[in-house]
Amino acid sequence: MYAQMIKSEATKEDPEKLAAFQARIDADDKIEPKDWMPLGYRKTLVRQIGQHAHSEIVGQLPEGNWVTRAPTLERKAILLAKVQDEAGHGLYLYCAAETLGVSRDELTEDLLSGKMKYSSIFNYPTLTWADMGAVGWLVDGAAIMNQVPLQRTSYGPYARAMVRICKEESFHQRQGYDIMMKMANGTSAQKRMAQDALNRFWYPALMMFGPSDKDSVHSEQSMAWKIKMNTNDELRQKFVDQTVPQAEYLGLTVPDPAVKWNDKTKRYDFSEPDWDEFFDVIKGNGPCNTERLAARNRAWDDGAWVRDGFLAHARKKAARRMAAE
Amino acid sequence: MSSVNPAPYDAPETEAARPRDEWPLWEIFIRGQHGLNHRHVGSLHAADAEMAVKNARDVYTRRNEGVSIWAVEARHIAASSPSDKGPFYEPAQSKVYRHPTFFDIPDEAGHM
Ligand SMILES: [Fe+2]
Ligand SMILES: [Fe+2]
Repeated sequence: MYAQMIKSEATKEDPEKLAAFQARIDADDKIEPKDWMPLGYRKTLVRQIGQHAHSEIVGQLPEGNWVTRAPTLERKAILLAKVQDEAGHGLYLYCAAETLGVSRDELTEDLLSGKMKYSSIFNYPTLTWADMGAVGWLVDGAAIMNQVPLQRTSYGPYARAMVRICKEESFHQRQGYDIMMKMANGTSAQKRMAQDALNRFWYPALMMFGPSDKDSVHSEQSMAWKIKMNTNDELRQKFVDQTVPQAEYLGLTVPDPAVKWNDKTKRYDFSEPDWDEFFDVIKGNGPCNTERLAARNRAWDDGAWVRDGFLAHARKKAARRMAAE
Repeated sequence: MSSVNPAPYDAPETEAARPRDEWPLWEIFIRGQHGLNHRHVGSLHAADAEMAVKNARDVYTRRNEGVSIWAVEARHIAASSPSDKGPFYEPAQSKVYRHPTFFDIPDEAGHM
């Protein structure tokens, strides 16, 4: 997902406090910033919310790539609004992480140095305009699948950020599907582009949910803490069940011959993505890892004088006001 | 309030955050179209008050969510302490007569 393979921290604290904390979570109580919480809960959340925030920010890059080349002025305005929303999502999430005692710049620096990760999906390139359709439809669609249950997560600021984000997400998915409909019903060349985009984004979208449950070692604690609401495989299956009929409606073919309705399970059968590829991308060897990180570093470095200038100006103004009083 | 913290967020139990030159944190309150109170919507960083209001417009009112913005630097917010939860609000527990349903008014008296 936007947060993949989050390692949850073991916690060694006063068993009485831990039990009381778990009881609050089991009672669906929200944990707020100043409440006592196990160190492991705090650390795991910083890692998870931070990675989620980084994904929103880095996720602007593959779509930003097409803003200047959108086919119409209206498409351009829509894409711009969508990318701007993602910046907002990053902000909401950084603020939620900050309530746990990390600073915004610390998180940013950990992204820029490669110490913290962002979702594997954003390390794939966006080669044609149809990719804007596939990204909105599949990538935002997969994100929604994960973010909707997270509105009920146990940490108050994270849950509230998710409520805001979910309100804005469905526009993203629908604008993507709208692009796909246009392309799939267009000329044969356009239809080919739409099919090609689906071919390239299908498995990377499935990987967004993280490794198969049998290989996800850290889920149990996170699920007990209600900072992970569903298992990876549950969400992946849900995503496939929702998406296959949508592809059929477009007249496109999911690039997996194993995709077939299973009358017994009442779900679609499908093939697992290539997990070696997934782990390789996570390690930094995806097609765009270097480019993405370089772009974020450049933006941060180029913006330094602006941040410093505003701060110096604000301090000078404050000093002048003090002197006048 | 028996214990008021200077900042809305406690420092973490991990190593203290290194001091840095970051734009301060602001809490943002927005009043919607329909005359309700300003409501806390979230926070953001800005160098000064003017920028905080402008950033709040961009971050929190992209879909006509509000017609008025308040920005308050987070360090100026006084907050009650979570450990008081019980005792702090205890005085309200025993005063059931503050609720209208405490009083039985006969139907004959009409709507009240
Ligand atoms: Fe988003
Ligand atoms: Fe989105």
